[in-house]
Amino acid sequence: MKKKRYRRGHVSIWTYIFVIAIGIIMMYPIIWMFFATFKTNAEIFGSIKLLPEKFSLQSYIDGWNVNGRITYTTFFINSFTLTLVTTLLTVVACSIVAYGFARFKFPGKKILFAILITTMMLPDSILLIPKYALYNSLNLLDSYAPFYLQAGLACYPFFVFMLIQFIRGLPRELDESAYIDGCSEMGVFVRILAPLMKPALFSAGLFQFMWIYNDYTNVLIYVNSVKKYTLSLALRLSLDAESVIQWNKVMAMSFLSLVPLIILFFAAQKYFVEGIATSGLKG
Amino acid sequence: MFFKKAGVGLKKRLKRKQYIGLVFIMPWLIGFIVLQLYPFVTSFYYSLTDYNIMASPRFIGIQNYIKLFTADREFWNSLKVTVIYTIFTVPGKLIVALLVALVMNKNLKGINLIRTIYYLPSLFGGSIAVAILWKLMFQDQGIINSLLAVLHIPTVQWLGSTRMALPTIILLNFWQFGSAFVMFLAALKNVPMDLYEAADIDGAGGIVKFFKITLPQISSIIFFNVIMQTITALQSFAGPMVITNGGPLKSTYVLGLKLYTEAFSYYKMGYACAVSWVIFIMITIVTSILFRFSSMVVYYEDGGEF
Repeated sequence: MKKKRYRRGHVSIWTYIFVIAIGIIMMYPIIWMFFATFKTNAEIFGSIKLLPEKFSLQSYIDGWNVNGRITYTTFFINSFTLTLVTTLLTVVACSIVAYGFARFKFPGKKILFAILITTMMLPDSILLIPKYALYNSLNLLDSYAPFYLQAGLACYPFFVFMLIQFIRGLPRELDESAYIDGCSEMGVFVRILAPLMKPALFSAGLFQFMWIYNDYTNVLIYVNSVKKYTLSLALRLSLDAESVIQWNKVMAMSFLSLVPLIILFFAAQKYFVEGIATSGLKG
Repeated sequence: MFFKKAGVGLKKRLKRKQYIGLVFIMPWLIGFIVLQLYPFVTSFYYSLTDYNIMASPRFIGIQNYIKLFTADREFWNSLKVTVIYTIFTVPGKLIVALLVALVMNKNLKGINLIRTIYYLPSLFGGSIAVAILWKLMFQDQGIINSLLAVLHIPTVQWLGSTRMALPTIILLNFWQFGSAFVMFLAALKNVPMDLYEAADIDGAGGIVKFFKITLPQISSIIFFNVIMQTITALQSFAGPMVITNGGPLKSTYVLGLKLYTEAFSYYKMGYACAVSWVIFIMITIVTSILFRFSSMVVYYEDGGEF
């Protein structure tokens, strides 16, 4: 009881003021962004008014069709296809590899595990150009294949490591009793471990979704044709599209592109927060 | 029959099954060799050539590096910009995260809602939408300057001036302190209360307790964050590209942006590889210094041997 009181003791009114003030600073840009989607350029610049003169969905309609032939329908479909397939491949491949590392003593394991850990700190930028050249020679540029390949080959050491740690926390007796019952190695993984790994798989999936959805560098390099553009590239393009930028259209599409992430976050908050807190995944 | 087979073969199976681990890790092993090791080695080789993607690379020794360090004044500028960016972004973001986590490490009402709100900007991470929002908010006539004007604070030319453009981009990172904050908050909750009580009996003050108890107890989390954030910061690219495109007068032209421009605007792939090796060596130096100063202690159910 005394321990609890120690923590409770110090909440003063200043703490609440501080917390709320920071909260406002954190949220204000997003709220402002939402209202800016309804404002004319004249209202956006040189004014601190939060609310627009009038609400009209025109900026959303114009923004959506900004490109004429190719609309944001395409960009949203592209982003979702790329993100969902990559995420699924990542989770499946990384968890199988993690299972191999966490539960078996094969020759060379120590050194391979050390390599895995080291590659966590291998910067992407150093691999960028040779990978581009490699995909170029394999004719895989201007497609999402580079993403799928990397995910399917579990080249996300961070997730592999996180899943290894999670499996190591599961009692081995579970596997052994399943072997006695005649389960195969793959069977143990699919029937015994995978169901228990759900929270970790979910966290990994959420973060991968978020990273791939937000990714700019890789799509910029690998994808060229506009009809394959993801939202990141489409938004960047919208800045160059007109000589005078109509910010409400740009803001409308930017805001819409954030909506899936916001929905996902509120639906799966628990996994986000646990994922960060327990495994050090970063946003 | 089934039972018998399992019983007799169990010992043999347990021995055999160790090798099957190799099968499970095979996707990663192939991925490592093809998508990490090969590009890593090739990258160094390219950095010693005049590779330009159209023609096959021609070996030119360390000429790229000589050019970078002696003839390319843009490079020194980029190096300086990147170092400043990293030095301010990483500690700044982590100090903000730690301070806020310390204040909130109490039984506040509605802590979950607060945590959610604080994390929200980090959710958008390196998203282009947020970079565009930042670009708009910090225009000369933008909302930030309008607010300053109302408060009678002199307005600032944020993105248009060589002095303020980089700090404005750094500020965007401060706004996204959420993930470090959530990690710190979780770590602080795990610090044993007995330690603070013992310190109280010894009559230790708040500052002493922070430096003698809190900081050592969460040091592994801090260490982890410093390393990961430094690696990210040294390679930073998307923010500067969208918000300022390296300008004005290359004042936000980070190494990541130079790497991209040399490679994909000028097709000087070999030269760009040399830039990437400079980034890599900086990362290696920083992480090895950090590792020297620390060692992580983590408890596992299987006792570390697995």
